Amino acid sequence: MQSTTNPLLDILSGIAQRQIRVVDLTQTLDPDFPQIELPPEMGRCWPFRLEEISRYDDRGSAPYWNNFSCGEHTGTHFDAPIHWISGRNLPDNSTDTIPVEKMVAPACVIDCVKHARQNPDFLLTAEFLKNWEEENGRIPQDSWVLMRTDWSKRNDPAAYQNFDEEGQHTPGPATDAVRFMVQERNILGFGSECIGTDAGQAMHLRPPYPCHYYVHGAGKYGLQCLTNLDQLPSTGSVIFSAPLKIKQGSGSPLRVLAFVCDG
Amino acid sequence: MASPLRRSKRKNPVIRTRVPQLPPMARSRIFLGLTSAAARGVFELQVCRECGAIQYPPREACHVCLSDGLDWKEQSGAGQLVAHTMLRHAMENYFRERLPWRLGIVKLDVSDDLRNPHPAPSLIVHLHGDCPEPPAPVRVFAMLDRSGQAILVALPEKDTPHMTDDLQMREMTCDPKFRKSLVTDGKSPVGQAVVKELIKAGSDLVWVGEAAPWKKIPGWDEIKALQDVTVVDLDVTNPDSVRRCAAQIGQKVDILINTAEQHRAYRIDGRHGTENARAEMEINYLGLLRLAQEFGPVMRSRAADTEINAVAWVNILSIYALSNNPNQSTFSASKAAAHSLAQGIRASMQQAGVRVINIFPGPLDVEWNQELRPPKVSPNALAREIVKALRGGAEDVYPGDIAKDWYKRWREDPKVLERELAFAD
Amino acid sequence: MSRRQPYDGIVVTTPVSVPYVRFSTKGAHWWIGRALATLVEDSGLTKEQFDGVCATSMSLHPDTAVGIVQHHGLSPRWLDHIPMGGVSGIVAMRRAARAVQSGDANIVACIAGDTNHIDSFRQGLENFSQFGKDAVYPLGTGGPNASFAFLTDYYMREYGATRKDFGKICVAQRDNALAYPHALFKAPLTLDEYMSARPIADPIHLFDCVMPCAGAEAYLVMREEQSVDLGLKFARILGTIERHNAFADDPIQYRGGWAVDREDLYGMADLTPGDIDFFETYDDYPVINMLQFEDLGFCDKGEGPDFVRRHTMTTDGSFPINTSGGQLSVGQAGASGGFLGIVEAIRQVTGQALGNPVPDAEIGLVGGFGMISYDRGVCSAAAILAAGR
Repeated sequence: MQSTTNPLLDILSGIAQRQIRVVDLTQTLDPDFPQIELPPEMGRCWPFRLEEISRYDDRGSAPYWNNFSCGEHTGTHFDAPIHWISGRNLPDNSTDTIPVEKMVAPACVIDCVKHARQNPDFLLTAEFLKNWEEENGRIPQDSWVLMRTDWSKRNDPAAYQNFDEEGQHTPGPATDAVRFMVQERNILGFGSECIGTDAGQAMHLRPPYPCHYYVHGAGKYGLQCLTNLDQLPSTGSVIFSAPLKIKQGSGSPLRVLAFVCDG
Repeated sequence: MASPLRRSKRKNPVIRTRVPQLPPMARSRIFLGLTSAAARGVFELQVCRECGAIQYPPREACHVCLSDGLDWKEQSGAGQLVAHTMLRHAMENYFRERLPWRLGIVKLDVSDDLRNPHPAPSLIVHLHGDCPEPPAPVRVFAMLDRSGQAILVALPEKDTPHMTDDLQMREMTCDPKFRKSLVTDGKSPVGQAVVKELIKAGSDLVWVGEAAPWKKIPGWDEIKALQDVTVVDLDVTNPDSVRRCAAQIGQKVDILINTAEQHRAYRIDGRHGTENARAEMEINYLGLLRLAQEFGPVMRSRAADTEINAVAWVNILSIYALSNNPNQSTFSASKAAAHSLAQGIRASMQQAGVRVINIFPGPLDVEWNQELRPPKVSPNALAREIVKALRGGAEDVYPGDIAKDWYKRWREDPKVLERELAFAD
Repeated sequence: MSRRQPYDGIVVTTPVSVPYVRFSTKGAHWWIGRALATLVEDSGLTKEQFDGVCATSMSLHPDTAVGIVQHHGLSPRWLDHIPMGGVSGIVAMRRAARAVQSGDANIVACIAGDTNHIDSFRQGLENFSQFGKDAVYPLGTGGPNASFAFLTDYYMREYGATRKDFGKICVAQRDNALAYPHALFKAPLTLDEYMSARPIADPIHLFDCVMPCAGAEAYLVMREEQSVDLGLKFARILGTIERHNAFADDPIQYRGGWAVDREDLYGMADLTPGDIDFFETYDDYPVINMLQFEDLGFCDKGEGPDFVRRHTMTTDGSFPINTSGGQLSVGQAGASGGFLGIVEAIRQVTGQALGNPVPDAEIGLVGGFGMISYDRGVCSAAAILAAGR
């Protein structure tokens, strides 16, 4: 990479010369993409829906455009600390107040593909993380920990949700792993390819939904429904994740980009 | 005897699809009383409050005593066939395309009302092919014809084999036999019951809509495994999904039964905010609108397509559509909206002769009515009522004792019913 | 027995027929205008001298007789509109005769005229009556075809009439029509042709039905002395009846209102059925002829078929009926069909027959029947005319 006086231009030049790859970690906002499913007596997060305003027709002959509707936690989305009761009183805990500097951060990618394939209820433990650190080095402070399971490759919505009569079966972090990441590594946030940062059966863990509880309780963030994690190195990538600036927003669908330096 | 309807050959694709024609629709306003009763599946004639004379055709004053106190009252329909004819020529295209067509003139039996010394009127009727030569006893019914207006039909005194396969009966009803049906949501208990009942009624094929394919619902695997069932992706909240489904199978759907429903049981202040109310409107009202916009035109275009044609559109509303049940306030409102829209859909589908049947059940025996005491309408009973409506001549059906009771009160005075419901716990 | 005032000194003259066509591009006013012009021409009067007008038409909507006087520049002091179809010719004569008799008018022009466009027949049926619109037309009936099919079906079963009996009536009328210049059917009809015609509404077949067409008929009613002054041949009115909605409780129509009033008719004329030389029946379907034979006293109820078998019904034979061919052979020009019999009867008793004259025709009977509403014809009428010598 040729150096210039402006490091930003170096990045752009790196992208142009394919030394820096930009990887899209975002699922398409598609009405058919599965939505978080909660017991029916609870309130419901809207799925993504698209209604045409006009399409070069009697409703408007020149423009094509749509209205869309969705919840804050629809599709690939960001969880702010205020999302969980444990983070409700923290400063700068909603999408409109989160410091923008936090929206660009390094990532550690934990490969759990084999384990998740063998066991959809696979829980990522603290021990697993420590083993990872032995190979890849210590998880840096203020970095994203992204759990790669290749779950996003399940294109069939039913397989992606993976429900049976006892509920959802998707991988996620164990309580000790969450506490390790938050309390001992002071990470920026945790990301998952599944519909939640917590495992499908996490309501039976102690406490229920430990990832939401501890991560948000410590003012950390979540990313869900990520894809293309298989294109990232274990370390060294940088994540750009800027949620919509929703007033008092608990989260938002967003475009998540990763920058990977191959040069 | 009517010959049993046989599965017809496949449609010849090089022949133009027959455009729907209707029997004459124009009637006087007073005649619409007959249509109103027929819409409920009841045969009513005006009876003079003063002298008991039965009137037909409908009148503004009694032909015996000139009283204007003419009340619509249910008739047994028993009568004697006096004369008959087989039309072999007709001015109206609808009948030209269906000749020969049998008509009769029936003298109603004298009413049981001893006050009434006046002869019963003669009725010109569509005459079922199994009625013997006159003189012969017959039963007269009021049914809705393809124009949506009441017409009198005489059937044999006793049912005959394959009676419903008679051409006239096929025209007056929407019998599922050999027809292809779409049940828009097969995952609800009602949807599943309707699917099974349609198959029992001889529906050729039942498409069953599935939204949220990841949801594991009891009974769903069994429905999916039925030989006559084909599962289709259909989420009425998703415009694109409805469009795709209509594009995929709309050309084949003869009977559409909208079972998609959002039902929660909240009072106005029992649920904070409007998220649930919005979901109810999204499915119960806007979902219906999306279905109507995508399936309506294609079904109308096939309303006269061979003898296996698009015939019916069934909406499962609620008796709460007529008057708000404060215990299920937002649900009632969404059903009232759906009812209003269904009336519009009916007017639109009527132009092609596709019947819109509105079902107004009382509380169903389903999870969101768990706390309600009986009587509740079981999904199976509701499904049977739907098929019965398809096989009959009615377009408004009130299944269950509560629905019938409410409907009666509503007809008597909607304001009184509103007060009764407001004061009920 | 009749206490009714006779029509002494009142006569009918100037029989006018405007030749019929199957379809016309003209409006009803054209046909009425032609009839009026012919009345003027044949009577030697001016139209201003028509101080009474009595009109009927089924294709004049939205106009009535009022529209006619304005359209044709008439200024009568007496005006009537008779929307009664098949009885309108007789009813018009009754009304006009009493108007002249009382001095309310001197000369009444009685006119029926109708046009026939493509589809006007169907439109007429669709909107014929409220009962028809509510309870008959929606069943697919080709108008009165089904109603007459019912009563023909009933009559055949009840009284043993056969299709051949009806065929004999139609064939006889066609024979009469062959000499009548304005008949639309100009070829002879054989019984075989009648029997093998296509069915319309069992047991009604093609030749049981009249053919809708355009045409006009008219005559004048005035005092006898005026008619003599003008040198017009005239007929006297010996008796008339009309009746509406008779026997409404009969489950099906097997008798008409004539049966209520026939004693009155013959009593007023001081005649019996045996005195009648010819009978212009109302004949929109042949079964109605049989009803008239019975209800006007030529035979008992149920003996119509036998009566038909015993007579030729032709102008040259026994019991001539519909000497011009009747509507079955001339055509049914709307309300003019209710005038056809009376105009022909005037011609026959005044020696002006356009076709075959009935030998020594002195006394003619005219029947009228009309307005098939719901399951039956509501109106019936009859008149006896005599040679004005």
